[in-house]
Amino acid sequence: MSGEGATVVSLRGVGKTFDSGTVALDGLNLDVRAGEFVSLLGPSGCGKSTALRIIADLSAPSKGAVTTPSGGPGSIGFVFQEPTLMPWADVTANVRLPLKLAHADEAKAQAAVAQALVRVGLSDFARAFPRELSGGMKMRASIARALVTEPDLLLMDEPFAALDEITRFKLNNDLLALWQELRRTVIFVTHSVFESVFLSQRIVVMTPRPGRVFDEIVIDAPYPRDEHFRTSAEYGALCRRVSEMLNAAMAGDGR
Amino acid sequence: MSERVLRIGLPVLVLALVILAWHLIVQGFAIPPYVLPGPGLVLSTLIADGPLLWQSLLVTLALTCEGFVLAAVGGIVLAVAFNQWRAIEYSFYPYAVILQVTPIVAIAPILLIYLPQPLAVLACAWIVAFFPVLANTTLGLNSVDHNLLALFDLYKASRWQVLWNLKLPAALPQMLAGLRIAGGLSLIGAVVAEIAAGSAGAGSGLAYRIAESGYRLNIPRMFAALVLLSLAGVAIFFALSALSHLALRRWHESAMGRER
Repeated sequence: MSGEGATVVSLRGVGKTFDSGTVALDGLNLDVRAGEFVSLLGPSGCGKSTALRIIADLSAPSKGAVTTPSGGPGSIGFVFQEPTLMPWADVTANVRLPLKLAHADEAKAQAAVAQALVRVGLSDFARAFPRELSGGMKMRASIARALVTEPDLLLMDEPFAALDEITRFKLNNDLLALWQELRRTVIFVTHSVFESVFLSQRIVVMTPRPGRVFDEIVIDAPYPRDEHFRTSAEYGALCRRVSEMLNAAMAGDGR
Repeated sequence: MSERVLRIGLPVLVLALVILAWHLIVQGFAIPPYVLPGPGLVLSTLIADGPLLWQSLLVTLALTCEGFVLAAVGGIVLAVAFNQWRAIEYSFYPYAVILQVTPIVAIAPILLIYLPQPLAVLACAWIVAFFPVLANTTLGLNSVDHNLLALFDLYKASRWQVLWNLKLPAALPQMLAGLRIAGGLSLIGAVVAEIAAGSAGAGSGLAYRIAESGYRLNIPRMFAALVLLSLAGVAIFFALSALSHLALRRWHESAMGRER
């Protein structure tokens, strides 16, 4: 595995034009270093989800070069905006899916699933079906599934956008704790200024139509960040700076 | 609880009222049994002709079940083939539709020219029953959550892994809905073919008994056979509904009660 500081994801002049003619991305440059927590922040339609899908190789760029970790299937974990669980399978089977598809050893898979469930705090719900879980718990299961292959890179596409604020705060705290423990690289897509400031080391602000990087800002507040940080003046000031940057990005769009 | 009582009690009450009205009309207007037999006469015929009708029922049911199983297997296999190979779908889907929209009553006599009678009955049951299985399963296979498909892509799942672990379980509710329709239709197909065939003998089905009783003006037996056919249809529907409920009760909305 590459050491801290080495670039693991690199996008150079990436563009994406859909068959419909919509230009989602144009000239996108992005570098992410190993172990970093980066947020892509922007209004809806700025192509941040498209960029994430290109990094995951779920979508091919129309132009430009993309470098990602080359560890084979399982080296990238993806958390979608919806929990995207199989409704006919219980939590254990859902979390085990990536290992099952890779024909992993049964005993090792069982241990990995148990560990992933402990990490997200869902051990007591291993046998529950998705419909029996709350929105936050479904998202936890989805995160456990993304972690079960021990990926080098975790991609998260507005995972908490549909949750209520209380649940979102709790999941933000837990995600940060997990990140500090595991030190994986995380690219987190969000349209929430507050969420991006609370979580990230670095925020990349994107402009819409076509999507490209407007500017970026380093959030150098120390970890662990907790409720105390969330209510601090420093946090408020950072949120304000990021908001201003976002407004400038949208104004640059000509609206 | 009272909801349950109403759901069972009200239809039973309606049935009782209809039977009572039927009885009173037959009595009141002194309608002769060869025009319209009363409910009592139909019941006594059902008991008196029991062994004969029972044997016919078994013949019809056996053919219905065989037709249903073939339709289920054929419909599902065809739907999977359509889903996996676009060329097969484009080549054969129009003919599946043509087979479905041509009235089975018109196909049955033609089939009877070329096939021995039991086989023709089976073919009719299959033709009418396979299409809902095919159409519903195809719909189910094509409506898989796109994010789940992306997830399987991410982990480099093979085509068969996607089919077996994602598409088939996701299509199960629609598949079962198709099977539920097919159960009733295969009975209809079998009955249509039997009536078109019209041959007598020990191996004759219930539909033939109806046609034969009609020729002989044995109207009470016609009604008795009709009642048996209806009951068979209802039994098939409930059996398939129960199967569907068992398969889906843990996860699909259609099999859940609503909490209020």
